Amino acid sequence: MSGQTEPFTFDDISETAIAAAIAKYPAGKQASAVMPLLHIAQRQMERAAGSAWVPRAAMDAVAARLGMAPVRVYEIATFYLMYNTKPVGKFHLQVCTTTPCWLRGSDDIVAACKKATGIAQFGETSADGLFTMTEVECLGACVNAPILQINDDYYEDLDTARTEALLAALKSGAPAPPPGSTIGRHASAPLTGQTALRSPSQATQNAE
Amino acid sequence: MAKVIVDGIEVEIANGSSVLQACEAAGKEIPRFCYHERLSVAGNCRMCLVEVEKMPKPVASCGQPVADGMVVFTDTENVRRARRGVMEFLLINHPLDCPICDQGGECDLQDEAVSYGRDTSRYDEAKRAVSQPDWGPLVKTTMTRCIHCTRCIRFSTEIAGVPELGATARGESMQVGTYVEKALSSELSGNLIDLCPVGALTAKPYAFTARPWELRKTDSVDVLDAGGANIRIDARGAEVLRILPRMNDAVNEEWLGDKSRFSVDGLKRRRLDQPWLRDGARLRPATWDECFAAIAARIKAVAPSRIGAIAGDLMDVESMFALRDLFTSLGSGNLDCRADGARFDASQRQFYVFNTSIAGIEDADAILIIGSNPRHEAPVLNARIRKRYLASPTFIGHIGLPHDLTYPAMHLGTDPSVLAALTDGSHPFAATLRAAKTPMLILGAGALARPDGAALHAAAWALAAQFNMLRADWHGFNILHHAAARVGGLDLGFLPAAGGQDTRAMLDGGVDVLWLLGADNADIAAIPPETFVIYQGHHGDAGAARADVILPGAAYTEKDGIYVNTEGRVQQGFIAVKPPGSAREDWRIIRAASASLGQPLVYDTLAALRTRLAAAHPHFAAPAAFRRLAATDLQGPAPGQVALSNAPFTAVAANYYQTDPISRASPTMAACVAAHSPADNTNFGLAAE
Ligand code: SF4
Ligand code: FES
Ligand code: FES
Repeated sequence: MSGQTEPFTFDDISETAIAAAIAKYPAGKQASAVMPLLHIAQRQMERAAGSAWVPRAAMDAVAARLGMAPVRVYEIATFYLMYNTKPVGKFHLQVCTTTPCWLRGSDDIVAACKKATGIAQFGETSADGLFTMTEVECLGACVNAPILQINDDYYEDLDTARTEALLAALKSGAPAPPPGSTIGRHASAPLTGQTALRSPSQATQNAE
Repeated sequence: MAKVIVDGIEVEIANGSSVLQACEAAGKEIPRFCYHERLSVAGNCRMCLVEVEKMPKPVASCGQPVADGMVVFTDTENVRRARRGVMEFLLINHPLDCPICDQGGECDLQDEAVSYGRDTSRYDEAKRAVSQPDWGPLVKTTMTRCIHCTRCIRFSTEIAGVPELGATARGESMQVGTYVEKALSSELSGNLIDLCPVGALTAKPYAFTARPWELRKTDSVDVLDAGGANIRIDARGAEVLRILPRMNDAVNEEWLGDKSRFSVDGLKRRRLDQPWLRDGARLRPATWDECFAAIAARIKAVAPSRIGAIAGDLMDVESMFALRDLFTSLGSGNLDCRADGARFDASQRQFYVFNTSIAGIEDADAILIIGSNPRHEAPVLNARIRKRYLASPTFIGHIGLPHDLTYPAMHLGTDPSVLAALTDGSHPFAATLRAAKTPMLILGAGALARPDGAALHAAAWALAAQFNMLRADWHGFNILHHAAARVGGLDLGFLPAAGGQDTRAMLDGGVDVLWLLGADNADIAAIPPETFVIYQGHHGDAGAARADVILPGAAYTEKDGIYVNTEGRVQQGFIAVKPPGSAREDWRIIRAASASLGQPLVYDTLAALRTRLAAAHPHFAAPAAFRRLAATDLQGPAPGQVALSNAPFTAVAANYYQTDPISRASPTMAACVAAHSPADNTNFGLAAE
């Protein structure tokens, strides 16, 4: 995992993405591309160093590319919590603890994460460097609460056992289990089966 | 215009004004923390709430534009309750550590808390704690006190043009700072201290020194650059403790450069507090009479053409006037106030002042800067150029060492050959100048001190004439001096009389007795060993080290004095404290010396001196009556004997912070130099490439 002091240059994949991002804005307004560029930098770090974060050197590179004062980029990168300004583990566990998830047992998920990874507090990274756990606000998937977001994927309908199994799988180095509901629910369909539109609609009947 | 009724008082105010401005026009005071007249509106403190008829909720008056027929209430129960609520929230995370806070007694938060604060706090939870970053030797941070008004961020971004401050993170975690800890690199950083409405940013060198009510306040004029910023000297007892800017929209608005503000500790160090006389290889303490006797003996022993005087950069007009009178009565015309050795035609006032005037910069639409780095030579004036650049499109070209001037300036070249390319139109910037309606050029005084200074002077004037800068309604030819005494000295004619020697000639052995009136920045090393040197001044600097007689004078805080800034504005400073030890005001020393030389000057009081000064030079009679000169006489300055060379322009001083005996004696300025290594992006000590 690289530290704050290492230099940062954009790689080829990033350069292609940067060109596309800047092209979306009128000439002279390229500073508008600051958020996509920070995201591109974070992705590059994920590819290159296995840790999706934006080191300061990357923020400076973004500032230089867009002709902005570095502090303006720091402001943005620190304002949005999805930019990680500190290194994170290979698996970034983002546990939702907002009310719906909490009502559905997010405390259990947090406890399971702590137990499986040895992490004591939000914001910490496990000793093996694999996991970082952060507390996040509503992920917008409350119907299938509680939610644990790992890197870019949502794992839904969790409980203690399934969370532990999920983390054990990740730890073992096996391919990540498929994201989505961990109880086989289709999208956000009701748990107890379909509750509405159970008979063919009036319109369909008339047509027959 | 919009008609607005504020608490029953009807006021007319320009459309687009804010409700807060309307309230002020009606004489109502609105509490505010984030709003500042010279900064953009942020509207984030919510202290300025007022009620407006037909609006359901209280509105933040600083950000609310007026509308015709608006009815505003500034002092209803609702308004007071709303402000009390805002105050309570502001104080939630504030440490309430007024007893150990330097802002105490001049704190907006403290003042408003008297009106809107509760007597006890209802907040029992833990307060937020934040770290205290190090912003360098000048600004001390106590960020727990910060109320997130963002004034400091807006100042550094908008006025100073050095965007290093920002608000990082958000919500409860939001912090105002540089994110990457570093010393502030603006030359105007001290103004953050004045702007911060609370005690989050205070003066580091002044920490825990005094309370505002202990200080004696004296109005004066800054002399550490030629801008003539208006200042207030705060002293306690015999000691000057701090210097703050005073408001003057025509000169410094309300800003002050860091050197001018923080060199005060240099006033207490390396002071000459008694006369000294050379005895063989060493200087020994002496009495005034011994010194005057020694001077008289030497002066009487040589021909008048073999005595001379050079006036330095910090001198007041009165002492230069007295010394000139003395030398005239002694029959010597060897006088020069251009201690830097510049030789140029000063026969007309418009040749050597900043004719456009500082406020006039705001009317220029193209600016050509030649051989100067205004950011270091006059930071407050530089802020005015930036202000102009922000207000409307202004084309700025710069000839000289490349610098970050805090605004985009097209770098045209580093040497005078660009002038020729502009004259013959081959340089693209010539088209810009031609298209401009109110173009101006700024010629640095450092450029005038070059061997080919007079030729440059003439070439710049010719350029001004060619590009329509010299008109009855607009004068675009400007000299930017860096010595506060220079324009005053030139106004007095403290210059070689017909057949007299100039600075260079006097330093190179042209005289046997040389009187250095605070001339530490002259090329002292060139003075031959046999020359008898009289040094009159306040600091043990270069001049005193070489002197045969030292006459201890007064620093600018220790005398009443008139100074003329680079635009030719006559301003008066007042005495704040007495000179140390047996040091005396400079004109008095010269008066006493004149008596022992048998040529007593005709004035014994400062008032009599000033009367004579005003009679000889009428513009000193009415200092307030500053007028811009119109360019009516187009005959330019004489080009001198040395042809224009293509040697690149150099920096006037090695750094911004130490340029004169006072700042060189200041530990704070030394700390600033140490904090800003040449590798830093401020271009300090940038070498020519
Ligand atoms: S440090 Fe002072 S000026 Fe800056 S945001 Fe905080 S309170 Fe305002
Ligand atoms: S509360 Fe957790 S996803 Fe909405
Ligand atoms: S002064 Fe109006 S919101 Fe701060």
